[in-house]
Amino acid sequence: MDDSAIIEIRGLCKRFPIGNKQFTALSEVNLTIEKGEFCGLIGPSGSGKTTLLNIIGSLDVPTEGSAIVLGQSILQLTHFQASQLRNKSLGFIFQTYNLLPVYTVYENVEFPLLLLKTPAAKRRKMVLAALEAVDLADKAKSKPAQLSGGESQRVAIARAMVKDPAIVLADEPTANLDAKNSHRILQTMVKLNRDLNTTFIFASHDEKVIGYLRRQISLDDGKVVSDLKIDTPLHSAALAAKDTRMSK
Amino acid sequence: MIVFLIKGLLRDRSRSLFPVITVTIGVMLTVFLHAWLKGEMGDIARSNANFTTGHVRIMSRAYAENKSQIPNDLALLGVEDLLGQLRLQYPDLQWVKRIRFGGLLDVPDSRGETSTQGPAIGLAIDLLSEESSEVQTLNIEASLVRGQLPSMSGEVLVSDEFAEKLKLQPGGTLTLIGSTMHGSMAMQNFVMAGTVKFGINAMDRGAFLADITDIQQTLDMDDGAGEILGYFQDGIYHDSLSLKIEEDFNRQYTHSGDEYAPVMFALRNQDGLGEYLDLANYISFIAASIFVGAMSIVLWNVGLIGSLRRYGEMGLRLAIGEDKRHVYGSVIIESLIIGIIGSVFGTLLGLAVAYYFQVHGLDIGSMVKNSSMMMSNIIRAEITPVTFIIGFIPGILSTLLGAALAGLGIYKRSTAQLFKELET
Repeated sequence: MDDSAIIEIRGLCKRFPIGNKQFTALSEVNLTIEKGEFCGLIGPSGSGKTTLLNIIGSLDVPTEGSAIVLGQSILQLTHFQASQLRNKSLGFIFQTYNLLPVYTVYENVEFPLLLLKTPAAKRRKMVLAALEAVDLADKAKSKPAQLSGGESQRVAIARAMVKDPAIVLADEPTANLDAKNSHRILQTMVKLNRDLNTTFIFASHDEKVIGYLRRQISLDDGKVVSDLKIDTPLHSAALAAKDTRMSK
Repeated sequence: MIVFLIKGLLRDRSRSLFPVITVTIGVMLTVFLHAWLKGEMGDIARSNANFTTGHVRIMSRAYAENKSQIPNDLALLGVEDLLGQLRLQYPDLQWVKRIRFGGLLDVPDSRGETSTQGPAIGLAIDLLSEESSEVQTLNIEASLVRGQLPSMSGEVLVSDEFAEKLKLQPGGTLTLIGSTMHGSMAMQNFVMAGTVKFGINAMDRGAFLADITDIQQTLDMDDGAGEILGYFQDGIYHDSLSLKIEEDFNRQYTHSGDEYAPVMFALRNQDGLGEYLDLANYISFIAASIFVGAMSIVLWNVGLIGSLRRYGEMGLRLAIGEDKRHVYGSVIIESLIIGIIGSVFGTLLGLAVAYYFQVHGLDIGSMVKNSSMMMSNIIRAEITPVTFIIGFIPGILSTLLGAALAGLGIYKRSTAQLFKELET
């Protein structure tokens, strides 16, 4: 494995049983992702991008082949080891935010640190820093129900980033947001990627997301059909402005 | 972390308040129904024990053979010696002597002529001794309707319904006309100190209570009594122990040919009460089991649904990095907390309701007005040691089982599946 590679996938296949038959979701996937990348798995629905994201996130295991994430083979991890990997090194951002509704914004962001048994004083400092990074320090005492969609997703980003993970996995993070909020979210993530050198991996078919990616890994029928490095991502003030105007 | 989970539990009413209310109601119903069934089934046996059979009953052999005729000419004599012997031999029981008799109550007018009269069942008990527990056993003080308890010789209590029929007021005079144990006519004046409600229709229609010393004099039964009753000190009938005492006592007289020798009968061996006790226990057990089973299914489902609807949250927690065992453990602990709180509240409420019906009872007199059975008009609940714990079976075990089964889904489903459910 390359020293700078934090994810290395070789000959990965994933099949699901459907009745008496096997459905192949991923076939012969080979990928290497390096630290600090801002990349995305793109493709139509059913192309296998979420399945691949789940395997990288140790939420699922390959049927064949290997997936090495941060030096650990996903196939060989026990449930406990997988949860430890997610707890310490991976952050998740979901399409539907998935904030815990009975807890405040502060408590939602604090939750991963509680699992890491971070001391209270340090925890408070880290939570406030994460909320400031997404411009939500003033909403710390609010409940998720009192937030807009964009604000909720920014809380989800803060929750994913608070423990300073090596990799953030974002599954369709803008699917429920309007253009303005989508750009704001994506710009926040670009900034975090740049400032903290955190690796971001998206699964999305949203053009707004694709426009920000510096690497586009296209999937179709469970196979990688192209893998493009983008020196100058398409995202620009003009694109953001255009989408914002359209949404208005 | 525990504080964090408790905070969530308290804030989410659908996880805390509503399940606790459901468990509380379920447990309360279970506890109350158990006490009610126990009380209802035991009521006839208790009435019989208090008024007729005792927990054990001693008569002369000859009296026992004809006891339905209340043959006081065959009554026990030398009762005080026998009582002394019983108190030494069986100190766990309270021993009392009684005389049952029949007669005519005659109420005179101002000129001494008969105003009203009626046939009466008489029960002579120790009403006046300070050490007597009879007033308590027969719940006479609480049953007093008018007037007061007899405080001196010559005073009696008459059933309220009977007194009204006789147009007798407290303080009024009445004459008992009957026969002595030797067969001659007995006649004695008494003063009615008060009226009582026996709660047993047959007695409410025409019974009166008199002090046993008065009746011994009236019926020429010096140191005699129709029967001696024994009651366990805790007021509860202990079947196997009473049978053992019966066997032990009767063994002493096995070789005696005297037809006046005392013979003891446990409650089970009197008036078909054994079959009744068995039937009552069986019905009570079946009914309580059905109800506990039904409540268990209800509360099991509460636990099951409560956990199933949280699969999304569990998926999120697993995705964030919480260990499966930790998630499962927290679900179990939550259900345990809910089960314990609900069971404690439910048991307390159930006991409170049961206690009310144990003390006040439910008067079903209007339904059994024409009955001639010795049946109590007031059905009472009965709190036993089992009442304190029976609610915890559906309350804790079923809630826990429901949560445990639902929580098993965490293990059976792959993490990615929970993750997908999170997105729906």
